[in-house]
Amino acid sequence: MQNYNFPDENGHFGPYGGTFVAETLIEALDELKVMYEQFKDDKDFLNEFHHDLKHFVGRPSPIYFAERLTKKIGGAQIYFKREDLNHTGAHKVNNTVGQALLAKKMGKPRVIAETGAGQHGVATATIAARLGLDCVVYMGSEDVKRQSPNVYRMKLLGAEVVPVESGSKTLKDALNEALRDWVTNVSNTFYIIGTVAGPHPYPMMVRDFNSVVGKESIVQMDELVGKQPDAVIACVGGGSNAMGIFYPYIPYENTRLIGVEAAGHGIETGKHAAPLTANSPVGVLHGNRTYMMQNDEGQIIETHSVSAGLDYPGVGPEHAWLKDTKRAEYVAINDEEALAAFHNLCRTEGIIPALETSHAIAYAEKLARDLSKDKTILVNLSGRGDKDINTVAGIAGIKI
Amino acid sequence: MSRIRKTFDTLKISNQKALIPFVTAGDPSPEMTIKILHQLVTSGADMIELGIPFSDPMADGPIIQRASERALAKNVGIRKTLEIAKEFRKQNQVTPLILMGYANPIEAIGIDEFLKLCKSSDIDGVITVDYPPEESKAYVEKLKQNDIDAIFLLAPTTEKKRIEQIIKQASGFLYYVSLKGVTGAQNIDIEQVKNRVGEIKSLTDLPIGVGFGVRDPETAKNVAKFSDAIVIGSRIIQEIEASDESNMLENINKIIRSIKQVI
Repeated sequence: MQNYNFPDENGHFGPYGGTFVAETLIEALDELKVMYEQFKDDKDFLNEFHHDLKHFVGRPSPIYFAERLTKKIGGAQIYFKREDLNHTGAHKVNNTVGQALLAKKMGKPRVIAETGAGQHGVATATIAARLGLDCVVYMGSEDVKRQSPNVYRMKLLGAEVVPVESGSKTLKDALNEALRDWVTNVSNTFYIIGTVAGPHPYPMMVRDFNSVVGKESIVQMDELVGKQPDAVIACVGGGSNAMGIFYPYIPYENTRLIGVEAAGHGIETGKHAAPLTANSPVGVLHGNRTYMMQNDEGQIIETHSVSAGLDYPGVGPEHAWLKDTKRAEYVAINDEEALAAFHNLCRTEGIIPALETSHAIAYAEKLARDLSKDKTILVNLSGRGDKDINTVAGIAGIKI
Repeated sequence: MSRIRKTFDTLKISNQKALIPFVTAGDPSPEMTIKILHQLVTSGADMIELGIPFSDPMADGPIIQRASERALAKNVGIRKTLEIAKEFRKQNQVTPLILMGYANPIEAIGIDEFLKLCKSSDIDGVITVDYPPEESKAYVEKLKQNDIDAIFLLAPTTEKKRIEQIIKQASGFLYYVSLKGVTGAQNIDIEQVKNRVGEIKSLTDLPIGVGFGVRDPETAKNVAKFSDAIVIGSRIIQEIEASDESNMLENINKIIRSIKQVI
């Protein structure tokens, strides 16, 4: 994988990705492609981007050796890339800073976003406030209930939150609704997609903005440990935090890349959100071709995960390609295992992880157990779990 | 000559424009859809656009999405849609039938299987909303080999160079989306639509249908002055939503007649 160069100019990662949208969106995507091409290597733009990442987000995020967790497991050494320490509490902000700056350069006064767990919505509302842009966030009405602290956070930041009542009332429906808004208000609106999905150029652009995570990790691991990790682990819903840390590591062939999907109640029950692990059929949704949870007539089926941020029937097209080419491996962790890892990390390391991230931690624990003590694992600790305490308390039958 | 083209040619002789109503297959039930299709023809529809229900209809507004949800609740998907079309064809071999749907259900059963079913239901044209020409060359080729027209959307934002490229792949007619938005939206700007349709007409001999914002006889009348066909969807689905089975056909009859009279 030394000469990995994807996507191609039409946004294809092998058979995946592409631009599967109605004609009404083509012009907006073409405009975005041209502008992104123009700015992605532009010195002033990148300076501004990195200035905001440093002074507004607080980058670089540290790498932390989870000493007590490592001891407790008794296998490979576990390190965390601390994206939970970013402003707004997750990796999502890296991408929103990039896209909002682009919106500003393109002269769009209004930004819109979809959100599942609310982290991307909060990150978008935050940067919109910072740059003085109007902001509307679409959120499935089920997620509005599950993530009420984040809904209030977005409102505090001046964003309008629109609950989406159609379909399954979760992330995929929020994305549909945001696309509809964009088609209607295309002249003054920039759509900030929160994951490495959607039509070209989004999967590439979101990956590029998030790849600061992997780039920093390569430098920091070298400084801290003197070598690159034997495995990099990240949770995968749409897959933005995973792509962000995987992408710079693709040429490092001795580093395994492991994406952890949500097995929900278990892959065998059908109630999960793990299209890659379950080998779901390939289909077309939200502008790209990828693995997709669907019935035999192509209707998208409802997914299940305890974490709203992983509750998505598809997955970014680049992950589909990395799976097929075997450069990355994909596994799944169920609700119960994720919750156990959540509680374990709280008490062992003094870190409350997001429920999404807890899936990656649960798998890291499993893998560490099987590896010798001289091996190292780097987990992308993609977000903090403050937003999840109501969910976790609810499962334990506790009212807070 | 395709049935679609023949219909346009016949209408032209009497200086009429085509009325193309849209309904979603299976809304409110498969049995009712067949009755509705026949009613549309009786009331004056020149062709019919039949929607394939999809769980995630991104280009449609809330009205057509609800129609999809009602149809899916009756277990109507792509296969059942084609069965409904086949049933309609038993009594009507004249009116062109155009399927409108999204790529995923078609890919899920396979393009070849889809074409086989289209042939057996005698389908005349297909609009695949999220297959832009650059992602669907092989598919369009197969449609043509099967004598099925590949109908493409053109948007207010589509640039001239791209229109020319789309015209090369399109057949049957071109579907001009009259506004920036989703189906069922309000308030189209007639002058703007007129200018755009004029521009497209200067590039092609293909007939041009206008849809996405036509909701009443007045708008239909004005749009028909410079286009070849009017597509009307959400407005009919609203009638379906507001009616019960006893008055549904009559309510649809009224709206279709009121539009057909003026175009």
